[in-house]
Amino acid sequence: MRIGRWVLAVIFGIVFWSRIEAFKFHRTQQTERISGSAGDVLEDDPVGRLKVFVYELPRKYNKKILQKDPRCLTHMFAAEIFMHRFLLSSAVRTFNPEEADWFYTPVYTTCDLTANGLPLPFKSPRMMRSAIQLISSNWPYWNRTEGADHFFIVPHDFGACFHYQEEKAIERGILPLLQRATLVQTFGQRNHVCLNDGSIIIPPYAPPQKMQAHLIPPTTPRSIFVYFRGLFYDVGNDPEGGYYARGARASVWENFKDNPLFDISTEHPTTYYEDMQRAIFCLCPLGWAPWSPRLVEAVVFGCIPVIIADDIVLPFADAIPWEDIGVFVAEKDVPKLDTILTSIPIYEILRKQRLLANPSMKQAMLFPQPAQPRDAFHQILNGLARKLPHDKSVYLKPGEKILNWTAGPVSDLKPW
Amino acid sequence: MKQLTALQQQGRRSNSFRNASSPLDATVDGAIKSPATIFWLVLHGLCCLISLVLGFRFSRLVFFLLFSTSSSPSATTIYSALQTTLPSSGVTSTPERNVSAGTGGSRVVVGRHGILIRPWPHPDPEEVMKAHRIIETVQTEQRSLYGVKNPRTVIAITPTYVRTFQTLHLTGVMHSLMNAPYDLIWIVVEAGGATNETASLIAKSGLRTIHIGFNGKMPVLWEDRHKLESRMRLHALRIVREQRLDGIVMFADDSNMHTLELFDEIQNVKWVGAVSVGILAHSGGSEEGELSMVQRDNNETDEKKSEVPVQGPACNSSNHLVGWHTFNTLPYLERSARYIGDRAVVLPRQLEWAGFVLNSRLVWEDKLEKPVWVKEWEDVDRDGEDVESPLSLLKDTSVVEPLGSCGRKVLLWWLRVEARADSKFPARWIIDPPLDITVPAKRTPWPDVPPELPSSAEKVVTIPESTEKRPTKSGSRRKRSSRSKRKHSAKVLDDRLSTRNPGDN
Repeated sequence: MRIGRWVLAVIFGIVFWSRIEAFKFHRTQQTERISGSAGDVLEDDPVGRLKVFVYELPRKYNKKILQKDPRCLTHMFAAEIFMHRFLLSSAVRTFNPEEADWFYTPVYTTCDLTANGLPLPFKSPRMMRSAIQLISSNWPYWNRTEGADHFFIVPHDFGACFHYQEEKAIERGILPLLQRATLVQTFGQRNHVCLNDGSIIIPPYAPPQKMQAHLIPPTTPRSIFVYFRGLFYDVGNDPEGGYYARGARASVWENFKDNPLFDISTEHPTTYYEDMQRAIFCLCPLGWAPWSPRLVEAVVFGCIPVIIADDIVLPFADAIPWEDIGVFVAEKDVPKLDTILTSIPIYEILRKQRLLANPSMKQAMLFPQPAQPRDAFHQILNGLARKLPHDKSVYLKPGEKILNWTAGPVSDLKPW
Repeated sequence: MKQLTALQQQGRRSNSFRNASSPLDATVDGAIKSPATIFWLVLHGLCCLISLVLGFRFSRLVFFLLFSTSSSPSATTIYSALQTTLPSSGVTSTPERNVSAGTGGSRVVVGRHGILIRPWPHPDPEEVMKAHRIIETVQTEQRSLYGVKNPRTVIAITPTYVRTFQTLHLTGVMHSLMNAPYDLIWIVVEAGGATNETASLIAKSGLRTIHIGFNGKMPVLWEDRHKLESRMRLHALRIVREQRLDGIVMFADDSNMHTLELFDEIQNVKWVGAVSVGILAHSGGSEEGELSMVQRDNNETDEKKSEVPVQGPACNSSNHLVGWHTFNTLPYLERSARYIGDRAVVLPRQLEWAGFVLNSRLVWEDKLEKPVWVKEWEDVDRDGEDVESPLSLLKDTSVVEPLGSCGRKVLLWWLRVEARADSKFPARWIIDPPLDITVPAKRTPWPDVPPELPSSAEKVVTIPESTEKRPTKSGSRRKRSSRSKRKHSAKVLDDRLSTRNPGDN
């Protein structure tokens, strides 16, 4: 009898203890692990998995351009400069090109800015060509594979098509010399000329310190349902309407301008970052190009991004499960945006917020100075490491030539 | 991503007008007018007119369709989902070359798209309600993740009594308590016994209320009133002790205004906490107001530091409690209000009860859990009249925790606005039977007759009368009697200006 009672007491104790443990475990799991189609790779460390050789190019390709215009360090294309600086002092850098898996060419093609700060792409093809000519004549590694184990950072509007206007960019296509190289770019749209298979999509540069400086306490209740600040009509470049953003932004405005749930306007408030932290959904519609820094800002501030851009490819799409994190709305469904957003089940919304709260997610979108583990620099290296080892077929037989050095518009062939 | 205007326009213009201008150039250069040139001129004029009507460059569209050249490779599929349908809406040109397709066929085409607008582009109330529910759930989740981990019940103690301004004040407090996102117990202590009037008012809140009556009518003089209120609050603490209510005790006086952050902040208290109370000392009459303004200017020139109308904890730079800020009553000592409805400044006490919060366990009976610096309840209870503030419950006042980032945040405001003690109002603010008899203003005893004070033999009664037709309030310079003759009101005003405090003995 007494033993029976003891046994019962022990069983009860175990049951209670395990329930308490389970309860504790549940409570600490407030953020979820992020795993994309490539697996749980956001937290991988690229050091030791690949070796990168950085070509020493003359100053006129990088440092001198930057000296002429230091604004290049703060605009949204600054990733190319910061990536160069990161690689120079990174542990993956090797000074022995024979053991390198990847070769990096530091040429700042988006640093020719107008008075307003917008980059002009007209000289970029020539600059790139000249750089490639230099590396192919001074080192044997380009000719070995015709660039298949080289990577270039081309963060401009349409990547290596080097034009800001989509029609012209499609017409030009990717620079012929870069057809075999791996392109690290911000532009991503499926079935588009300017996106090669195997390119790595990166987020645009957003200044991390500026965003950190505007953080508000997380207890501030999120009271804005949908938030957006930006243009709906680009009257300067598209006076008739219908070209800019393929009419999607104008559609958002016309359908929801008097809706109290939608806090949308063209103002430039000083509390832009703070407002994003008080919003549940942040619209990230396409503009002249499908990508925008709004995605980075939304992720950093925990606001669920609503992506309105057909066929867009988002940064690090094989590592980050964007379908689980953001909401994708087809451009033709924009008039039903309010219905779509309110019909998302509440547990889905809470799950997305938990995924966004994961610090790895935020870190992967940023380019901090100095570099920190799991940031965008490391994700780029992870992406490059996942493409290793190189297929034997990329190594050309001696004398074999695939690239056409004279292809492209005549103006591109002039020396830079 | 932004385009450059000049280059863009160059690019675009060159396409369209190349064809239009060449025949025109021919006409301009040649002096001979042939039928063809006239035809082109007429056509051009027609296109201009149509463009004027439609609002976009019609000519461009026509020329693109008729003279499509290789310079414009983009495929334009023209949707017209626009509300105003264009006459050319039937034209859906098939793409000549599907250029944007790279390797496979792409659905996304470059060029002009229509702006899709739904038939009724206005908010749908169903969606709005759903969205609000989503927002509520998200905020609850936020609170559970980042807010107070184990929220404790808030026990609000409110002394009240039936008078004209009771509904006004109590509704304010009630709404604040209803919006606080924590469990709440509301203890309402009513002077003069529990009445149906108050009960019906607080029943609307839907909160858990404990409505108790307290023997003793509310006095007219402010001094006596403060003492009675302290006793009422002690009575409520007695209830907390007897029923062993667990939570955080706060004193929500019905004339105060609370922020919702106050409820979040008091969850942080361990035993005794103090918050900063904003004091809005308010004077009854206009001339008093002007004089007090003048007085304040003098004060500002005399003293370097201005009077900060805040009562609360004072901290040093390391955020430790070193003292108390209180309201500077010196400028008002001669002219402070003595009775309800007095036209002078109503002053707060040195330290208002409302600025303190207690852990309810301090008044419980258990000897073991309580800290050493709290007095025994029996000792406090014995000298009930002299309890001025919750600090009297403590042996050592340095243990008080300053809340609201060390008193820097003002989380509630003190303002005592009351009607005269003899003012009448309809019970429960229901006018029943409806007004059909008008009573001339001459009948009401205001405003030149001051209220009777207890020092004189009569006592003032503040019971509501349901037969009274017209509610009135003090402190207003204008009478809201629309039926008084103008002469009478002018006379009344003159009288009022000349009288000062007749009650001073």
